[in-house]
Parts: sequence; structure tokens; C-alpha cells
Amino acid sequence: MSLSLELRHNGPQLDFTAEIPKGQITALVGPSGSGKTSIIRAIAGLLKIKRARICLEGECWDDNRRHLPTRERSIGLVPQHHGLFPHLSVLGNVETSLSHLTSRDRRIRALECLSLAHVEELVGRHPHELSGGQRQRVALARAIARNPQVLLLDEPFSAIDRGMRKRLYLELRRLHTQLGNTVLLVTHDLDEAAQLASHLLLIDQGQLLQAGETTKVLTRPRNEQAAQLLDIPNVFEASLESSSSALSQLRWGPHTLHVSAAGLTGTGRVKFAVLPQNILLVKTDKPWGSHLENPIPTVVQDVVALGWEVLVLLEIKGNPEVQLQMRLPERAMRRYPIETGSEVIVCLRSSDIILLE
Amino acid sequence: MMDWTAVILSVKLALVTQLFLLPPAIICARWLALTSFRGKPWIEGVLALPLVLPPTVIGYYLLVAMGGNSFLGRWFEVLFGQPLAFSFSGLVVASVLVNIPFAVQPAQRAFEAISLEVHEAAKCCGLTFWQTFHRIELPLAWPGILSAMMMTFAHTLGEFGVVLMVGGGIPGETQTLSISIYDRVQAFDFSSAGTMSLLLLVISLVTIAVSYGMVERLMRRRRSS
Repeated sequence: MSLSLELRHNGPQLDFTAEIPKGQITALVGPSGSGKTSIIRAIAGLLKIKRARICLEGECWDDNRRHLPTRERSIGLVPQHHGLFPHLSVLGNVETSLSHLTSRDRRIRALECLSLAHVEELVGRHPHELSGGQRQRVALARAIARNPQVLLLDEPFSAIDRGMRKRLYLELRRLHTQLGNTVLLVTHDLDEAAQLASHLLLIDQGQLLQAGETTKVLTRPRNEQAAQLLDIPNVFEASLESSSSALSQLRWGPHTLHVSAAGLTGTGRVKFAVLPQNILLVKTDKPWGSHLENPIPTVVQDVVALGWEVLVLLEIKGNPEVQLQMRLPERAMRRYPIETGSEVIVCLRSSDIILLE
Repeated sequence: MMDWTAVILSVKLALVTQLFLLPPAIICARWLALTSFRGKPWIEGVLALPLVLPPTVIGYYLLVAMGGNSFLGRWFEVLFGQPLAFSFSGLVVASVLVNIPFAVQPAQRAFEAISLEVHEAAKCCGLTFWQTFHRIELPLAWPGILSAMMMTFAHTLGEFGVVLMVGGGIPGETQTLSISIYDRVQAFDFSSAGTMSLLLLVISLVTIAVSYGMVERLMRRRRSS
């Protein structure tokens, strides 16, 4: 059973239906203003939605007849700026969420949660005496204190520096393995989603664009809009020449591309995408001739070093208005140096060409 | 020479005003801070009127409202057997009304300063409305409420125009310290007027300085959080 959501609302605009798998970390990814925070607030019961159906394992928190108050929902929330109570100590902050327990049990459970979040030594401190990372951990300890079935994390790492963020990713994964609750992580950072979440919901303007396993969504965008949001620059148009049971053939400028997609009909225009890291550089000293899949002769327009990666901008021969972006590991550049103006052959494997809807 | 009866009456008036004014002022301040509606600037404007209207104008309207011909005046006389105007009770009513902006505005600013995230975190922690109010909102708004208390106290001690209009300066009943100073000056008793003025100056200065100091200390503790 999962957390099922159906949200329709004006201002903020939402037309969103999704299933969030139980016991997994799911990332809700989209640009600023796409409705991510509104969705998380609606799940928490902090935003009343015009037409909402929010059900967890058969129990509806929101439907036509009722709107369960936030305090009665089995949720824990870590807001973007942590939302710690500034006048209370770290221990006081966590104990506040345990008011249903006796004073003794409250203390025991609060210390247990602070220990799980690795901040048990900070019990007496106040929020203004903590670093960003420590505040984030305290907020997490407070959110898990009531043992919620659903943990909502609203861009919890956005105010934290990069080095600390990497450590916190590992801690969150460890904590999730220990607790096993359903986690919905709001982020606009694709790397963060890739490192933390097993499932991904891609959203724009309040609508779900694509949902599925993180790796699948990140590498197989469904349409051009999804490809744009996933920061995939190589989106092109071609015309369909033929389609058989296993392969289809596209005409792309002067080139013919074989694509692993069966059953395409008509001869109209189709859009396709190729991930920059899936473009293969053919070694000049060892041509494979007919073994190459979709070989494309190109001219290097620019080489941009990105640390451990290199971005190569390529102009397609015979199709100069099209620019292809290729990413190579930095060590590949050391073995096969290429420079601006040089001619190289790249190949696009038929299985790496993604046809877009 | 010091008019101790007037001193005691002024302090008594300031304390009773606090007692009647603060609870509704805190509720009103919270309501104005956390809600947004079309007529809100008008309500805020009405509450701030005592800051801009001349005390004689407020005093005149209060006198009319409390007089024997008014509903409030008649009702009070039937219930307590004495007129509201020119009595200590009338003075309390006037003082409460005149001090509304001094109590509401600092408290409202303090409630407004509590972030939405903190309010929402309180709900997610399972707190009820009252638990949120007394465990989270009230302690966080405390510097503003403290400031409201001090300002109301100091302002009541120094209030002159409205008190004179509504109370009439009856010794032992409505003659506060500021009115006693006025009377002493009228009688050319500058020595007594000077002593009492100095007392009022010291009380006001200490009250405001202590208030600012406490607010500053509280704010410093929370500033970076």
C-alpha cells in the first residue's frame, strides 16, 4: 500500500495525481514555483486543497467529506529552514512533539531520536548556537520523534554547504534504512534526487510529468518538457523513414539513425533525445567500420573542462545548425586529446536514442 | 511637597489598566498579526486613533459616552449605584481605551515576527491551538508583550488631557500625579510641582530603559536563530 494523492486546486495551480511507494524515499523534483512545497503542505494538512484525496493505506486524510487536522496525521515535517523553536533547547524542541507521552517517556524518546540523528551531545543548546547541519539534524530528530508513517522533507539541504550536504545524504539513507518509513523529499537538485531517492516524481506547473524509478526517469525522459527539466540538452527532430518489429529508422538531416523502437507508424516528424554521457567517441586509430552504430561525423566547436568531466560541443557535418553536446571523463581526454576544430566521429547506440512523445 | 495620594492613585490606575487591557490586547494583536482580510487597515486605524487625536477630543467623546444621558452611563449607574464619569472606574475605562495602541502595536509586531515555518512546525508536532499559543507563540512574542506592558504603564502615569476631561481632578478619586502637578503650578507651588515632576520623570525613564534593556536581551538571545 502507498500514499495516494489526487490534488486539484487553483492558486497555487495543482492538477496532480501520484502514488508514493511505501517504505521508499521518493523525490519530488521540479523547478521553483512548480508546486512542490504546496503538495508537501497539502499532505501535511497545512494547505487546504479545493479538491483533494490523500489516502495512506486505506485511511483517507483528505477527501470530499473530511480534512483531518495536521496533528492527527501520521507525518513528520522538516521544513526548508528547519522551523526550530528558537526559544527552546534542542531537547525541548524534540520533546515538544512528544506531548502525548509522560514527562519521563518524553525525555527517553527525545534522547533516543537525538542519538539516531547523531546530535545527542547538543541537548542543552539553543538553535542559534547550532550550525546549519546541526539544525537540520535536530529538525530531523524532531520529525521522526512521533514515529510517523510519512516523513516530509522540504528542500532540507538547500541551506547547507556542499561538503556537509554529502555527509547528510549518507546519514539520511542510514536513518531511512533503520526506520523504514515512507519519505517524500522535495528538491530541485537532480544529483540530490539521484543519490537519495529510489523513486522520482517530475513535476512542472502543478502537473506530474513523469514518475518511476529514479534511474529510469533520469535516463528515459517521456517528452521534451521532461527532457528539459532533466537538463538533457540533446533534443532533436527527425522524420520516421520505416519501422519494423525491432528497429525503426529515422532520417536526421543527411544521416540515417537506427533506433530500438518498434511499431512506430506514419512518416511524420518525431522528437528524440540522447544523453550527453551516452554519446560515444570513436577512436581515430581504430575505426570499426560497419560495426559502428549510427556513426556521425562531427567537428569540435568547443571543449569545456568541468573538473572531472569535459563537455565537448560538436557540430554535425552536413547539418551545421544542430549542436550535439557530449560529456567525457577527464581521463578519456588525456588518452584521446581532441581540440577545437578537429574532426571526430561519434556514434549514437540505437538503444540510447530516446524517442519522445 | 509630594502628593502621595496622587502618586498611589496614578500607580493604581496604571496597574488596573494593565489588568483590563493586556489580555484582550494580546488576543487582538495575535488576531491582527495572523489574519489577513480586506477591512484590516480600518480596524488597525481605529485602534491607532488615540495616537493622533488630541486628548481633548478623545476626552470629550468619552465624557459624552459615559455621561448620565448615555446608555453606558445609565447602565453603569443602575448596576453600581454611582456615575461612571468623574469616578475612578471612568478613569480606568478612559485609560484602557487611550492605551490600546501602546498595548496592541508592540504585541502585534512580536506575533508577526514568528515565522510561518514555526507555526507549521508546531502543528506538525501535534500541538493543539492552546498548546501552540502558550508553549510557542506567547514565549516568542514575550519581548513585544513586555514592551507593551511597560509602554502602557509609563503612558498611564503621564496621561493628562483625557484624565482631566473624564476625571475632573477630584482629590483621592481621580486626581492623578500629572493633574496634581498641574494644580500645584496653578497655585504657584513650584517646589511641590518640581518634586512630583522629577518623580514622574525618573519613573518613566526607568520603566522605558528597563523595558528596552529586557527586550534587547531577549532579542539578542534569539537573533541568530
